[in-house]
Amino acid sequence: MLAALVQAGGSFSRPSVDWHAASPELILLGVGVLITVIDVVWKQRARSLVVGLSSVGLLAALVPVVTLAVDGTPRSMFGGAFVVDDYALIMKAIFLLSAYVVVLMSTNYIAEGDYWENEYYSMLLTSVLGMLLMTSARDLISIFVALELLSIPAYMLATWRKRDLKSNEAGLKYYLMGVFASAIMLYGMSLLYGSAGTTLLTGINKAVSATDKPTAVVTLGVVFVLIGFAFKVSAVPFHTWAPDTYEGAPTPVTAFLSVASKAAGFVGLMNILFVGLIGRSDVYQPLIWILAAASMIVGNTVALRQTNIVRMLAYSSIAHAGYMLAPLAVVSADVVFAGGGSVVVADQALRATVTYLAIYAAANLGAFAVVIAVARKIRTAEIDGYQGLFRYAPGLTVLMTIFLFSLAGIPPLGGWFGKFRVLEALISPGTAWGSTLALLVVVNSVVALYYYGRVAVKMWVEEVPDGDMTPVRVPVSLAAALGLTAVATLAFGVGPGLIGHFTEVSLLAGIGG
Amino acid sequence: MTDFLNTWGLTAVIFVPLIGAAVMMLIPEREEETHKLIALLTSLLTLGFVAALMIEFDYGDAGTMQFVQDKGWIDVINSRYILGLDGISIPLLALTVLIVPSVIVYSWHHIPHPGNAKAFLILNLILETGMVGTFLAQDLILFFLFFEVVLLPMFFMIAVWGGEDRRYASLKFFLYTLFGSALMLLGFLALFFLAKDPVTGAALHTFDMRALTASAGSGIVHSTQLWIFAAMFIGFGVKVPIFPFHTWLPDAHTQAPTQGSVILAAVLLKLGTYGFLRIAIPILPGAATTWAPWIGLVAVIGIIYGGLACLAQTDMKRLIAFSSVAHMGFVMLAIATMTPFGFNAAIYGMVAHGLITGMLFFVAGSVKERFHTLDIKRLGGLLISVPKLGWILGIVTMASLGLPGLAGFWGEFPAILAAYNPANGLSPSIFRTFMVIAALGTVLAAGYLLWLYQRVGMGEPSEEFAADPGITDVNTREWLAWTPLLALIVVFGFLPGLIFNVTDPAVVQILDNCLQNADGCTAVAQSALGRG
Repeated sequence: MLAALVQAGGSFSRPSVDWHAASPELILLGVGVLITVIDVVWKQRARSLVVGLSSVGLLAALVPVVTLAVDGTPRSMFGGAFVVDDYALIMKAIFLLSAYVVVLMSTNYIAEGDYWENEYYSMLLTSVLGMLLMTSARDLISIFVALELLSIPAYMLATWRKRDLKSNEAGLKYYLMGVFASAIMLYGMSLLYGSAGTTLLTGINKAVSATDKPTAVVTLGVVFVLIGFAFKVSAVPFHTWAPDTYEGAPTPVTAFLSVASKAAGFVGLMNILFVGLIGRSDVYQPLIWILAAASMIVGNTVALRQTNIVRMLAYSSIAHAGYMLAPLAVVSADVVFAGGGSVVVADQALRATVTYLAIYAAANLGAFAVVIAVARKIRTAEIDGYQGLFRYAPGLTVLMTIFLFSLAGIPPLGGWFGKFRVLEALISPGTAWGSTLALLVVVNSVVALYYYGRVAVKMWVEEVPDGDMTPVRVPVSLAAALGLTAVATLAFGVGPGLIGHFTEVSLLAGIGG
Repeated sequence: MTDFLNTWGLTAVIFVPLIGAAVMMLIPEREEETHKLIALLTSLLTLGFVAALMIEFDYGDAGTMQFVQDKGWIDVINSRYILGLDGISIPLLALTVLIVPSVIVYSWHHIPHPGNAKAFLILNLILETGMVGTFLAQDLILFFLFFEVVLLPMFFMIAVWGGEDRRYASLKFFLYTLFGSALMLLGFLALFFLAKDPVTGAALHTFDMRALTASAGSGIVHSTQLWIFAAMFIGFGVKVPIFPFHTWLPDAHTQAPTQGSVILAAVLLKLGTYGFLRIAIPILPGAATTWAPWIGLVAVIGIIYGGLACLAQTDMKRLIAFSSVAHMGFVMLAIATMTPFGFNAAIYGMVAHGLITGMLFFVAGSVKERFHTLDIKRLGGLLISVPKLGWILGIVTMASLGLPGLAGFWGEFPAILAAYNPANGLSPSIFRTFMVIAALGTVLAAGYLLWLYQRVGMGEPSEEFAADPGITDVNTREWLAWTPLLALIVVFGFLPGLIFNVTDPAVVQILDNCLQNADGCTAVAQSALGRG
């Protein structure tokens, strides 16, 4: 019997590996392993090294991303399950840079928190590794593996403050909901696999679009997969974990979850949608429309009532998930002829969401960085604690204002361009559904401005409640995180061509659409 | 110099204030005098550039865009950095760059509570960039961007340096305007996708206002045009503000510091009416013709409502704010007639209102500073206690009620006259009804303004202020800030041609343009020819 196995194994031929294309992941993996080894060998002495090492690792992984982008040819491995194209590269860059900013934000927070640091960073890197894989995954299995790889460390990161009850609650809720979502998604994937006979997304697209009307199995499969991702991106009604998790988790982890983890959910969703299911727009369009509309409306209205800034940002991030989902609700395989010229609606929607993700990442990370900085002094995340911030921390106030109003979409700060692209994608097909969703985006932006604006008023107008005017001491690494995100937010707003150039991506090439 | 002006002149006007603001950011806050000096010099330099542009401007050809700059900006959405100056923009541009130095001079000793001259003046300069940019942009997205840039500084000006109720007023202002402009952006996007070249019928896919004006809505179904126009109508209408979108204005004006009120009244409101003249009507003349009677209706409602509301006010600043609603009603009525005569009157009305109401708010600010109240009941006898200030208030109220010989007259009277004979295709009987109502509005205006002056300016000064040593007459800074505005109010009253001659070619050009496009705007074009 053993002999038979060996014989069968003998027919295995090693797939060719494009080492250049895989190098961002490999570098990150190497650094992650290195950190673990150093941790085991040097114990306490390793503490001073890990932060630097993980920063260097993240930036080093960015180098092959750039060289691959310069090279420009799309690469594909493992029978099309792992693809490196412009879309994957821009998303990899966003993940690496966001993670770098998160490391900068974590440095002092974790070091002063009296917890073991080394595992924190190795888990962070593992999660980022999962995200990098996700950008290239074009196969149900690789998507699922990537999703688990990025989620499991995130569950543990959420409980990082293990002696804090809220942090435990955060992690547990996140874990239970996440596992539940994974199970549903996996079931959906199995249905899709069952009807298509392949796990490759391109193959699935061929199989599901073969019929005029969707079969029941395909419909169920699509619905379940969508629900799974809706949990991940915290879209209403699958958002309930987000506020509690965000509030309880250590703030840098919250920033990481609300930006990188959410973006990874979107990347997975877009991969499946654009490559695997685009022919079945009759099934997913109404679903995503409802998810988008509900997320915007519920997220924004509930955010109005929050008194804790982290919970407010949590609900606002739910609303932002709605804005980012919105363009996907008009995606279809058709090319629409708007006024004589053809508009590839699907491409436009993809670009809108990618652009929005990039700009949102900068502003949201920045906002959380300010929350961390301010919490160093006021020791609370209550919005009332921000009263009179301008009197003793004018710099932080200006930065927070920039980030909040960018999230609100006020020009000349970055957010406006993201909103613009979303609206553009919604209007371009010229359908009533698209236009209605566009109108909802507009109304919701105004609602959102109210709660962002209220925080601004508190910071600028009110007096300091306890009269304590000692300035906030901002450590160097946190200041660097603030600087990077603020510059990005302003640059995206004034020269949107900058980000627009990199987000001119398409996923349709894979299916010949 | 001419070369520079031709290529980079308009960019310079927009960004000089921003550079000044950037320099000020690098200087520590305690150097207050330096900040004031830099701000003043920056705004004067901007004024200088505009003066140079106005000298170089070819007035014989005021209908065409001059000093055009056209550069790539956001390629992925086909939006370009296009600037241009024509007869419609010139008066408004000049008004803006004149008001800002006045405000800065006025601020010399009047930085409102809680102080911080640095931040206050920086906001003024950023505001100037936004306002100037809006009047010069010839690309819809660029226009939108500048249109929005003014929001943040004005929000902070009200929220930080405003009165008791500043939290409410600032957020209300922000929310209303954002709602309008977001809808407006939807309209712009629809134009981008739907507008077609009138000759070839190919989709334009451009935000270039010149190209869109040339296409004048051809290829867009009339019902769709109506929707797009409605979106822009709300966007610009909130800013004007047109009844019923006006409720942010009294709150914002009352709570804003004097300088904020002046800029708000003098320039920000004009961004809305300018949007109608430059974008909404020229790009969609067909829809504009259909909407015109409704615009006229809300305009006259604004005139009467604003006038009645003024009669009921007990606060001087709030009264002036409501009078703005009424005056902008005249401007909108003139625009609704869709005639060259009406458009010219509208621009004149905008400039006149800017100068006059700006001055009224200056005076109100100075009264508040001296008497610490704007309650009309408690004030009185300004002509005795502070005679010069009293006289200035007198002149400005007379100008505001449209006394011939002062600037206000030429904004109001032609607007009413234009309604007698609206463009072909618009019902004369409806507009003549509007004309009668608007004329009644002038009576109201005379009523509330004279009554205001009678209560505030005349009579005996109230006892409670008798021994107050802080009550002094107009000081040097105030004279410096106000003299140019007062002089122009008088000059424009006697020489209306100074503005009419500049705007007329551009206005005719806009209405003429429709002639090349059969689609729904022949009526407008014909009447333009008839009287242009």
